[in-house]
Amino acid sequence: MTSQLVVENLDAGYDDLQVLSRINFSLMPGQIGCMLGPSGCGKTTVLRVIAGFEPVWQGRILIDSVEVSSQHVFLPPERRKIGMVFQDFALFPHLKVDDNVRFGLTGMSSREQQVRVQEMLAIVGMPAYAQAFPHQLSGGQQQRVALARALAPRPRLLLLDEPFSNMDAELREQLAREVRSILKQENSTAILVTHDQHEAFAMADEICVMNEGSIWQQGSGYDLYHQPANRFVADFIGQGVIVPATVESATSVRTDLGVIEGDTRIADPPGTMVDVLIRPDDVVHDDESDDSAVVVEKAFRGADFLYYLRMDSGIEVMCLAPSHHNHKINERIGIRLNVDHLVTFSRN
Amino acid sequence: MHPANDVWQHLLDTVLAEYLFNSAVLMLGVAIGTLVIGVGCAWLTSLCVFPGKKLFAWALLLPLAFPTYIIAYTYTGMFDFAGPVQTWIREASGWGAGDYLFPEIRSLGGAVTMFSLVLYPYVYLLARAAFLEQSVCVLEVSRTLGCSVWSSFYRVALPLARPAIVAGLSLALMETLADYGAVAYFGLGVFTTGIFRTWFGLGDSVAAAKLAAILLLFVFTLIAVERWSRKRAQYHHATYRYRSLPQYRLRGFRALAAFCACFLPLLLGFLLPAWQLARWALETYSYMIDASFLQLTLNSLRLASSAALLAVALALFLAYGKRLLRSKTVTASIRVVATGYAVPGTVVAVGVIIPFAWFDNSIDGLMRAQFGFSSGLLLSGSLFAVMFAYMVRFLAVSIQAVESGLLNIKPSMDDAARSLSYPPSRILLRVHLPLMKGTVLTALLIVFVDVMKELPATLILRPFNFNTLAVRAFELASDERLADSSTAALTIVAAGLLPVILLSYSISASRAGS
Repeated sequence: MTSQLVVENLDAGYDDLQVLSRINFSLMPGQIGCMLGPSGCGKTTVLRVIAGFEPVWQGRILIDSVEVSSQHVFLPPERRKIGMVFQDFALFPHLKVDDNVRFGLTGMSSREQQVRVQEMLAIVGMPAYAQAFPHQLSGGQQQRVALARALAPRPRLLLLDEPFSNMDAELREQLAREVRSILKQENSTAILVTHDQHEAFAMADEICVMNEGSIWQQGSGYDLYHQPANRFVADFIGQGVIVPATVESATSVRTDLGVIEGDTRIADPPGTMVDVLIRPDDVVHDDESDDSAVVVEKAFRGADFLYYLRMDSGIEVMCLAPSHHNHKINERIGIRLNVDHLVTFSRN
Repeated sequence: MHPANDVWQHLLDTVLAEYLFNSAVLMLGVAIGTLVIGVGCAWLTSLCVFPGKKLFAWALLLPLAFPTYIIAYTYTGMFDFAGPVQTWIREASGWGAGDYLFPEIRSLGGAVTMFSLVLYPYVYLLARAAFLEQSVCVLEVSRTLGCSVWSSFYRVALPLARPAIVAGLSLALMETLADYGAVAYFGLGVFTTGIFRTWFGLGDSVAAAKLAAILLLFVFTLIAVERWSRKRAQYHHATYRYRSLPQYRLRGFRALAAFCACFLPLLLGFLLPAWQLARWALETYSYMIDASFLQLTLNSLRLASSAALLAVALALFLAYGKRLLRSKTVTASIRVVATGYAVPGTVVAVGVIIPFAWFDNSIDGLMRAQFGFSSGLLLSGSLFAVMFAYMVRFLAVSIQAVESGLLNIKPSMDDAARSLSYPPSRILLRVHLPLMKGTVLTALLIVFVDVMKELPATLILRPFNFNTLAVRAFELASDERLADSSTAALTIVAAGLLPVILLSYSISASRAGS
């Protein structure tokens, strides 16, 4: 099977300002990709370049094995057969919901258009609102109509530009899951742009973490969390602290909390100082343990507590404990390490 | 010696000082007049409560429907020796001619009064908008800091509104400088009449162009002032919390005074002259409305509607090009094009006729030399020249409307339509035009009415024997057939009412507290 989207050595920018450098990734048909990164990292620019709203400086883009952007080729957006869902939804305010969905359905009979519009509205769960105007809908409803409009012409690629950023936090993940199931149902290839990792985890098969105009790591949400390739990804994805350690063997390090065994080879030779990533779920609260730490701060999160602990050496770690373990600030509690994935970073 | 230098030297020696003096007095007088009426009425209708306030809020715009030349000769007809006012005075008092002093309308002072009466709405409109937009917090803070109602007006509201007031004032002064009909009728020597006289009386186009250039210096100063103050007005509002403004309830004598202060400009600037025109029209319409009048009306309507369509089409082309290309050159050239609204019609006419005549003569010479026949006048003296001048003068109006309409449409609309396989031209038809129907219609209407009222450029550039309502009204009035000109004048004023009604509607629909 060939890739539905290929982005090769892409450089791009606005006027004199280079925004993207050497972006490489590809998506298989039906795969959902995600550009995840802090604001200003260039993730939206990637989307706009793929859509054809901005030219490329270097490299090339292939959709369905056809070159659409390079230094020599530029297919305008209207001829790329892509769909796009915008941050502000961009529904046409002068058209009713069904006319918005019908807008992109050119080159078919009005009977066929009608059928496709109804099909799409049914998929997004909005058949009752066909005659409504966009301003009569809530944000979530507008979102669904925007998705139906983008998907109706069966685009070769769907681009979603921070589509949930205007929603409240509770709705976000639920909608992200819903959109994912709709995309899977339509077998659409799609790219999502977001700064919210939970959205990315809920929707995407493959996530590119972007920073300063480049992709710093690519992989599934699980890999990014447990095997971050660099300090930026470790810091950006999930929570955790970096603690100092000494390499003991090719697969283990010694920290103040004891020895941690991993299953991957550590590049640094034994005896060198390295940094180790400790996630809150790597630190287990255990009253039987010989090691202990003082509670500095705590955050109640419903099902669990997130404790900020200071060890005697002065190093601080985070610990996730079930919420019936309610300890006071300054109380000393027993902890033990339970690290599944050893992540080390060289110090230089 | 070159004859042109003779004429120019002659102008320098004789009339230039007079032109400068008259223009300066005119501008100073109109500035004071429009400021007093405009700011005063704006303050009363936006921040005070008194009987009739809501009516005045929009009715005070009505004088805008009167072109300066029409109000000038209407007042002349009313107040001259044989007019109804002096006749009534003589009948009531038994005095004869020369027994009493009566101010001469056809004078510099008369012109200042006429201009102030119909141009104050520019100041009124912008000042009122500025007063209403002021965040109530600022006014309340000044009250808590110990300012009384009146001193908070002088120390806070007025300074905050000053940029808007200055912008309105410069618009009014641009109109003053651009006027030809009224000053010509009053026989005043200013730049516009001077250009006309030098061209047609002395037959010297170079000297006329020099006068036009001096006039343009004044105009460019006003444009600079206007742009500068508009820019400052943008930065003047720090907060965007609006609430209905505190209103000062006026009672008794004060309410009566406020009522009179607002009623007077309305009476003198609209009701009285409209009533006089209507009276004349009733006397004369039976023989004035004939085939040739219908022809005039048709000419005016055709000219105005094609100019409006063309201006809006060009504006769409330019503004949409700017949106698509996002290039600095396009943006800059649109700004230059949009400067035309301040250039007096007389100057535009001179600027159009000189290159067009050169073009015609060159082609004609070429044809004679090469093919032995004369191509005659191709462009000058054609409707093309008239239309060209209208575009120079009025394109700015349509560009401004279309640009603001486009600005209200989010760029993501364009992107959405393009991602749905629509090329830019179809997006304009299917998305942009339906969304800015209102603005486009407004632009069409305003250009239409401006062309209906336009006098000097049409007068100079029109083809031989081609007349419009405005030209005819002016010619009849100049021949002292004031009553006969009233039907044409009334038609123009009626057309001029359309955009005023539109403006009034948007004013009353604006914000609460108005």
